[in-house]
Amino acid sequence: MNRKNRLLAGLGAAALVLLARLFVIQVIDDEYKQDASNNSMVYSTIYPPRGVIYDRNGEILVGNAVCYDILVTPRDVGQFDTLALAQALDTTVEFLRERMQYYRKYRTRIGYQAQTLLKRVPQQTYVKFAELEYMFPGFRAQMRSIREYPFNAGGNLLGYISEVDADYIEKHPDYKAGDYAGKTGLEYAMEQELRGEKGYHIYLRDSRNRVQSAYQDGLQDKDAVPGKDIVSTIDAHLQQYGQQLMEGKVGSVVAIEPSSGEILAMVSSPGIDVDVLSDIGSHYAEIAANPRKPMFNRTVMASYPPGSVFKLINGLVGLQEGVLEPSDSYPCNGGYYYTATRRLRCHEHSSPLKFRDAIATSCNGYFCYVLKDILENDRFATTAEALDAWREYVLSFGFGRKLGSDFPSELSGNIPTSSYYDRLYGKGRWRFSTVVSLSIGQGEIGATPLQIANLAAIMANRGYYYIPHIVKDSEGFRIDDKYRKRNYTLVDTSYFETAVEGMYMAVNGGGTAGATALRAAIPGIEVCGKTGTAQNPHGKDNSVFICFAPKDNPKIAVAAYVENAGFGATWALPVATLMMEKYLTGEISEGHRYMEQTMLTTKFF
Amino acid sequence: MRYGQGTSNTYDRGLWQTIDWRLIACYIALVVTGLLSIYAAGHSTDSASAFDLGGRCGKQIMWFGISLVVDIVILFWINPRLWEVIPPAAYLLVFGLLVLVIFVSKDVKGSHSWFEFGPVKFQPAEISKITTSLMLAAVMSRQGFRLGSPKGFMSAALTIALPMAAIVAESETGSALVYVGYIFVLYREGLSGWWIAFLGISIALFILTLTTSWWISVVSWAAACLVYFTASVRSRRSLMLRRRLAWRTAAAFLAGAALVGATDFLFHSVLQDHQRTRIEVLLGMKEDPTGVGYNVRQSMIAIGSGGLFGKGFLNGTQTTYGFVPEQSTDFIFCTIGEEHGFVGSLFVILLYAYMIYRLVQDAERSRSPFTRIYGYCVAACLFMHLFINIGMTVGLMPVIGIPLPMISYGGSSLLAFSTLIFIFLALHRQESKYF
Repeated sequence: MNRKNRLLAGLGAAALVLLARLFVIQVIDDEYKQDASNNSMVYSTIYPPRGVIYDRNGEILVGNAVCYDILVTPRDVGQFDTLALAQALDTTVEFLRERMQYYRKYRTRIGYQAQTLLKRVPQQTYVKFAELEYMFPGFRAQMRSIREYPFNAGGNLLGYISEVDADYIEKHPDYKAGDYAGKTGLEYAMEQELRGEKGYHIYLRDSRNRVQSAYQDGLQDKDAVPGKDIVSTIDAHLQQYGQQLMEGKVGSVVAIEPSSGEILAMVSSPGIDVDVLSDIGSHYAEIAANPRKPMFNRTVMASYPPGSVFKLINGLVGLQEGVLEPSDSYPCNGGYYYTATRRLRCHEHSSPLKFRDAIATSCNGYFCYVLKDILENDRFATTAEALDAWREYVLSFGFGRKLGSDFPSELSGNIPTSSYYDRLYGKGRWRFSTVVSLSIGQGEIGATPLQIANLAAIMANRGYYYIPHIVKDSEGFRIDDKYRKRNYTLVDTSYFETAVEGMYMAVNGGGTAGATALRAAIPGIEVCGKTGTAQNPHGKDNSVFICFAPKDNPKIAVAAYVENAGFGATWALPVATLMMEKYLTGEISEGHRYMEQTMLTTKFF
Repeated sequence: MRYGQGTSNTYDRGLWQTIDWRLIACYIALVVTGLLSIYAAGHSTDSASAFDLGGRCGKQIMWFGISLVVDIVILFWINPRLWEVIPPAAYLLVFGLLVLVIFVSKDVKGSHSWFEFGPVKFQPAEISKITTSLMLAAVMSRQGFRLGSPKGFMSAALTIALPMAAIVAESETGSALVYVGYIFVLYREGLSGWWIAFLGISIALFILTLTTSWWISVVSWAAACLVYFTASVRSRRSLMLRRRLAWRTAAAFLAGAALVGATDFLFHSVLQDHQRTRIEVLLGMKEDPTGVGYNVRQSMIAIGSGGLFGKGFLNGTQTTYGFVPEQSTDFIFCTIGEEHGFVGSLFVILLYAYMIYRLVQDAERSRSPFTRIYGYCVAACLFMHLFINIGMTVGLMPVIGIPLPMISYGGSSLLAFSTLIFIFLALHRQESKYF
């Protein structure tokens, strides 16, 4: 064989190698065909309906509704009647022209992809479009499920869902662009239950990206799994009523069922209307620009001085520590002189008072004596040590720490420690008189309305609470066991009865001194309450009221906190009382009609 | 009438006899295949019609037109003697350009190989194939040239190695690999077959060491040497010859073992990162589904999905959606494989093989060594491009960015191959006229 022939043989061998390889991958091996069908298969996502959120009575708080997006595949669009399309879609010719120009400009980047022309087109527009769809090749409507809210109740607590962004996807790799996720409130907290599982249809497409047929007659398709429904502890009507009462006022109302810790209503005002929630994207700028921060959920995120309602705790700690007997009485001559010339003022009432009456009349002086005895207790070497012991008690009431509610973004509030004062004044350079305002729930104390409501529940339960929570057991969902556990305070339950007595007298009178909450009385129901007026460094006093009813076997405990509204009995009391009455009797009694009217019509902004 | 045909037909034989029309037919068939494939690869993203000069297909048609003009000029107007005269000057000029481009060109993905004059871009490496082939033919057809002599070997080797080194320096290692094909030309002209064996064995040992381990390579190589020695020792009659065989075998073994030892160094220190990755992907040592691995994977999916008869012209789903990158240039074969299946691939490969076969046959028939050597050079260039390019698309070769001759999109490449082939046709025609 000469060299030419050897070379030609080599050429033939090389050609054979290539052909053999081609024969293997093109004819013998199926692996590459499978993969190619992957590439030419179109996965059309089926979005699952998100779980419905019910209220405690089976009313739908958040449901699903259908809306339509109008999609356009620019490359499939031919000549069309712009005016007719604009009319069918209830939009303008200019808008369509502008969009089509945009698609033309970026046609290479868009390729065969469908673009969203219009979002959330209502049903009647969709029907109009669907009739004429054949005239507009390249345009189609895609159904989408959106959130619907039968009640205008609980905008802040329900939260909103929105399309996930790049950041979110990075943190949650099981989400894809185009998915929606809960961003705040219940939607956020219960995202895993509510979201469901996506499914898909598989179609085959040809080389021009036209869908040809269902792949294997839909055998490989996957159905979407709907999200789980959630039952909330919220009473939709009560929630709505609370929002109406709080309209035009800044503040919060939280109502809790003491026997279970279930949150019945959670109003933060000003709040978000539910129709804003369903289309949060287009309202975002407006919300962000509002100086009263409607997105800010005051019930768990605002830390206020609790004011006089805190006297209950100081009294109870005093009783537990043995430095106070229910029968002890202290004088109050227009206040408490903590130095020779400086006085913590009090209002006009008879003097001296016993513990019960001091609660009923909310005497400032009395509780200054109580806290003085607590902090200057011989049991402790220093005031600092006594303060830390006091703080432990307060923390056991759920203050100064997160309660552990299932509601997201709960804040802890603040109860000062001795080291805080050490830093502020120097070690050993402060004493009771320095921190005297703690006696009446002022100063460095910060509490969220949820914590204050929880205090009302503790009083109702005579010494324990269930962690307030907002989701109930339902089919397929069981709440954490921590919500079924009684949490006792460090104060013996036997001391509570006297304090409750004081709260009863505050509403119903009958003691030796003036009662502060007489207007809260509801005929036929034994209401217990405690007013508070918290000094506000930023303006007018904040108005606070906590209450529960009935006195025995309480069904509801409410805390109302109205910012810059003055004396507690004036604004917070009616809101809390009316809600309680509405919840317990379903209506407002004759005597409270005027109060209701005033509340509904008075708007501070 | 005969008188009227006049001057152009004063030779003994007419156009039909003097020109190898089969080669031209192959050439045109391949270019047309290319045009159709470029149109198919781009028809969904390029909205332009096939003849629109804005689209790739239209541009390629324009380049085909230019190439045809050049082809005709070379075939009929330029005196073929010119090709035997200009090689030294042309070779040196192009070599100068190859070196110059390293310093003056812009960095394109790390390589420095393009001259840019406004809208006109050109790669001296494309012309270098022509000048190197001419130069090699000139050097080796000189009176008294003997490849066996050290001087002759060195001059031939240098002719190939100089432009190759310059191209490597441009970071166009892939294009430089094509020059390895000249070894077949040298072989035809008398180079020992051991050189080709040496090349093959080196590659085999290199791959074996990378994929398994160094000791498996050394042991296999030792076994191979032993088998060779025992097989050959019988034919060596004298003791001296046997001793020489033993020494040579031992030397070969040591050289192989040294290569195995150096593999790691070569692979990790001499090769650049992207080259190493491509080899690793080819040998299945590394998954690279987003980079080179993706290209090859998508390319094989496209070709594999074509099946026996393909999906039909313009019906490919893989290449038209842009799953395959570089689909109208280096990976153009995917479009053929997908839309025309194994049958189409077979047709294209046979077309190339036949073309190379014709080149070799014509080269062998010519009396002038210049024409013969040049013909082999053209055949070798075509073969290397063809084998590396198609090998790459089916996952037999590492990803090396060189075009598929006449088919890939690219004006300068088409023009260069046309010139390369038509110079041979002109040389061949001149011989046929006289003999």
